Amino acid sequence: MANKPKLATVSLAGCFGCHMSVLDIDDRILELIELVEFDRSPINDIKEIKGRCAVGIVEGGCCNEENVHVLKHFREHCDVLISTGDCATMGGIPALRNTIPLQECLEEAYLKGPTVYNPRGKLPNDPEIPLLLDKVYPCHEVVKMDYHLPGCPPSADTLWQALVALLTGKPIALPYELIKYD
Amino acid sequence: MSAKVAFTIDGKTVQGEQGQTILQAAALASIYIPHLCAMKGLSPWGSCRVCTVLVNGRPQAACTTPVAEGAVVENDTAELKDLRSSLVEMLFVEGNHYCMFCEKSGNCELQAMAYRLGILAMRHPYMFPVRTLDASHPDVMVELNRCILCARCIRASQELDGKHVFDFVGRGSHRHIGVNAATGAGGTNLKVTDKAAEACPVGSIVKKRVGFAVPIGQRLYDSKPIGSAIESGRAAKG
Repeated sequence: MANKPKLATVSLAGCFGCHMSVLDIDDRILELIELVEFDRSPINDIKEIKGRCAVGIVEGGCCNEENVHVLKHFREHCDVLISTGDCATMGGIPALRNTIPLQECLEEAYLKGPTVYNPRGKLPNDPEIPLLLDKVYPCHEVVKMDYHLPGCPPSADTLWQALVALLTGKPIALPYELIKYD
Repeated sequence: MSAKVAFTIDGKTVQGEQGQTILQAAALASIYIPHLCAMKGLSPWGSCRVCTVLVNGRPQAACTTPVAEGAVVENDTAELKDLRSSLVEMLFVEGNHYCMFCEKSGNCELQAMAYRLGILAMRHPYMFPVRTLDASHPDVMVELNRCILCARCIRASQELDGKHVFDFVGRGSHRHIGVNAATGAGGTNLKVTDKAAEACPVGSIVKKRVGFAVPIGQRLYDSKPIGSAIESGRAAKG
């Protein structure tokens, strides 16, 4: 079908659990591809958004400069941007490092940790590696997000109902059971 | 029997009794006024302000304001819902609330309040404060990352247990719950059977080894919003 709206998805500082939850809609994914065409997404492995997208699903918050770059890219190319999952909406597990200074985190991970093997005794500092941010930020503290679906992960039903409502031009009105933070 | 006091909440006439708070009278009339620091059996406290209602047009904490003849109380309005949401969001951002691995999730009153108010994300920036965890007690964990300073543990310990295990320490944004022993909760006379050990609305004071006895999905607020018991009239009967 021509002129289907496009859907882009990405995992920033997340664990891909929210994407697993997208796959957890099971056979409804066949209905989903009737409604949308997937643009950039880990599901089809397209690396850059190619055209204007109706909906962007963002999993994970921003922990490094590449996350910020990708998130801004999504904001530019998506009409409606959805924070999906607790990492996107509040930082999630990666944000546990926010109470510890970044230098201490790196030293623990690469120099002082009990299982570290690092004979050169250096912290990773290759220009190819995205620089870490001072803290992990939820998406809406970096760009404007249009909608939030909390949960770890949000259930397949939550994602499905929200997406179908958006793609068919209806308001997202999720029942009580579908908005959970755990 | 105390003198009857008639007033209205959102236009509905409520019969209260002299000496009751608006929150108590409302609950007996099956009207739920959202609240966190107020707890049945403890003295009114009035710190969280989630129960803010308009009494004759003025914002008042329903948990500390006594009923008054002819008072016009507004509770379920869009404006108050937004105010309460903002208060609850502040409680979320000024602590470290990781619902995804918290054993209180599903039974947590703060989380349930956010669910009921329909909060999807917090409007205020996250603060990620540095807080402490005290696991020195053999049966009870004190996890201040999740504390919302409601003082329910303080009041329960003093008023119900006849002890003084918990109290506030520090001022302003440094205010936190302290325990009555230099060595931590393990050095106090707190027992796992104390009322103070189960007064916490969040996962700040939790009993050890029972955290996941009831699985996620089958918990108190997983399918029914907080306040459902009051609205269905169960509070009035019991």
